[in-house]
Amino acid sequence: MPTAIYMDWNATAPVRPEAQHAVAAALAFGGNPSSVHAFGRHARKTMEEARGRLADLVGAAAENVIFTSGGTEANVLAIGSRGERRLIVSAIEHDSVLRPARDAGAATIHVTQDGVVDLDHLRFLLEQDARPALVSLMLANNETGVIQPVAEAAKIAHDHGALVHCDAVQAIGRMPVDLAALDVDFLTLSGHKLGAPQGIGALVLGRAVAVAPLLLGGGQERGRRAGTENLPGIAGLGAALAALEPRETVQVGRMREVLERGLQEQDPAVTIFGAAAPRLLNTLCFAAGSMTAETAIMALDLAGIAVSAGSACSSGKVRPSHVVSAMGFDAATAARAIRVSLGHENTMAEVDAFLAAWSRIHGSRIQAPRNVDERVQPAA
Amino acid sequence: MSGFNPQLEIKARQAHMNTQAHMTMTNSNHALENRPKLPVYLDYQATTPCDPRVVQAMLPYFTEKFGNPHSRNHSYGWDAEEAVEKARAEIAALIGADEKEIIFTSGATESNNLAIKGVAHFQKDRKNHIITVATEHKCVLDSCRHLELEGFQVTYLPVMQNGLIDLEQLKAAITDKTAIVSVMAVNNEIGVIQPIAEIGAICRARGVYFHTDAAQAVGKIPLDVNAMKIDLLSISGHKIYGPKGIGALYVRRKPRVRMEALIHGGGQERGFRSGTLPTPLCVGLGEACAIARKEMGAEAERLKVLRDRLYNGLKARLPDIYLNGDPDRRIPGNLNVSFAYVEGEGLMMGIKELAVSSGSACTSASLEPSYVLRALGVEEELAHTSLRLGLGRFSTEQDVDYAIEHIVQAVTRLREMSPLWEMAQEGIDIKSIEWAEH
Repeated sequence: MPTAIYMDWNATAPVRPEAQHAVAAALAFGGNPSSVHAFGRHARKTMEEARGRLADLVGAAAENVIFTSGGTEANVLAIGSRGERRLIVSAIEHDSVLRPARDAGAATIHVTQDGVVDLDHLRFLLEQDARPALVSLMLANNETGVIQPVAEAAKIAHDHGALVHCDAVQAIGRMPVDLAALDVDFLTLSGHKLGAPQGIGALVLGRAVAVAPLLLGGGQERGRRAGTENLPGIAGLGAALAALEPRETVQVGRMREVLERGLQEQDPAVTIFGAAAPRLLNTLCFAAGSMTAETAIMALDLAGIAVSAGSACSSGKVRPSHVVSAMGFDAATAARAIRVSLGHENTMAEVDAFLAAWSRIHGSRIQAPRNVDERVQPAA
Repeated sequence: MSGFNPQLEIKARQAHMNTQAHMTMTNSNHALENRPKLPVYLDYQATTPCDPRVVQAMLPYFTEKFGNPHSRNHSYGWDAEEAVEKARAEIAALIGADEKEIIFTSGATESNNLAIKGVAHFQKDRKNHIITVATEHKCVLDSCRHLELEGFQVTYLPVMQNGLIDLEQLKAAITDKTAIVSVMAVNNEIGVIQPIAEIGAICRARGVYFHTDAAQAVGKIPLDVNAMKIDLLSISGHKIYGPKGIGALYVRRKPRVRMEALIHGGGQERGFRSGTLPTPLCVGLGEACAIARKEMGAEAERLKVLRDRLYNGLKARLPDIYLNGDPDRRIPGNLNVSFAYVEGEGLMMGIKELAVSSGSACTSASLEPSYVLRALGVEEELAHTSLRLGLGRFSTEQDVDYAIEHIVQAVTRLREMSPLWEMAQEGIDIKSIEWAEH
């Protein structure tokens, strides 16, 4: 693989060795958790251990953990369980929330220029229409890493008789997530953002709310999600959760700090999105210079560094980040937004390599006299 | 591939997995050490072990090639995408489809839900009728029941005593309001093969979409979506020596099948199924299909010999046993046998050395007699004492002989204890007895 430095952990994280081991063991073993014989019972035991571990981590009851095929399915499942409730979502949610929201004609909560949801606007939306609602608000944004005031939002929403769904896909493993403190009704998480394999996620219920199943059939997951469970995925998730180290987050935070400071030193005019808000320690979303993100990312890739523009799910289509746009930045700025997301396998040397590469790619341009650029570009 | 030796494969597989486990072990994880002493596995319709070649193909995508296949801006993403597309082509090749017609899902349950609910919802303004079969998998029946609650009409076709549908009844059931016909290719309990090509021809002639749940058929019998005029076809990974948590749905492009998505979001998979594709699982399914395409013929021959050895071995030593489902039109790896005059629970307890299933795995924790066997007209007592014996890639002659020995012993012992058996031996017709209330 030509790329040597991976800084796109919010797109997907490498699978932790502990999870690889658990996946390999589950693949070797086989067994359908619904079978009553020894193979089935062993499979079920593995599954329930992982469920217990996940429940413990977020402070939920084990029977309230529903395994899904990933974060997208969990989000769609939660939103689809709202019944007759109307839908209120923040403007910076993931596409798997925004898409059903658009279909349902949902109201959208504004965010501030720092990328934090505007609680007064949420209150306004709840008071404007007396019908009961489901409010969907993510815990940490995938592009900017900005942490949302979910507990406060949940309090406001519950005071107005609303249910609350929280997409915690980017947050789990990168900050403490406590269901009791957040007091949300639905919590989404995804395996492959935290070192478990792709293809596994979960919807965790904060209390006994009814779920309208998307997949009907064999009655697995207490009738809330049919289909033979993805046992290697579940085993991998359990092992990845057990391997999480709070210490790693602190080290990642230090690297992000150095990265951020380095960028500011190279170009004092750099825009750091969400800089004034609490952010995940691993995420840095910025715009600098005049290059579009697409071009900059290509140049970085040639230099052996993998980063991203906006979220991977929509990166097939070249369009400015909806998150940065929602924060009130113009289209030109949104089109320059680059996301660097770090993980525990990154090193300070890699951060230095990024800064050196960035300086080569952008530095010359920033310092070049205006007419040099005009000479090489056709007159517009 | 005629050089395939299952015994060697199993050994290689265990050795390989141990090495892999070793390589990746950095923490104390006792999953392998804690293995219980295991019975002989004869439940290949519930799930199959992952083929070691499949595992080998998957592993790099958990480790160094871990990228998100939707990341468009760096080589991690491109490598993952390339692997996913290669897998998609392998799946398509196995069923004679174009790779653009394959949608990855989390498994056959999702594929079936998506096909039936997706097509029905798209057509609901014009068509409101669905045809399926009484012996379908639970996830098809439950999807249909759900649509009934939404106002759709559903016809549940009965089956004949051999487990197959009557094509004339199908023809008679189709109306101009019929949106979709869903008939499974191979039944999960009794292994019978429905006349898919004939059903496809009937549906095409009437302009009705034809969906088939082929979870138990893919890789076991030849399937060709064009020759068989199939519009939608569900595939499972873990039934064909691939991993759990992955499946696929074939969706015809010409003429185009229109349907609504179940899972919205990033717009992956032609907008029919959003969510990050699990690259290693996709690769595993692709590899499983590639292996099946190469080895299906030889494997079927081998399994047929084993299956016949098993059935003949039981029949030679046990009177009053009945094969459920058509004896010829069934996949080679399946037997479903009822043992008269024994008690079902007792039988299961008596063969703890064998991992078998009584009824479908999804419902096997319940004591209801199998609805599939009931649909065939099997009496309740016989349905209760049925065993599904599933053979597969890693089954051996020794496994079969071991199974015969244990089943014969258990049934013989149970019958010796049974007053019904005693009466039957004395020539008393048990059905004619009027039992007194106790």
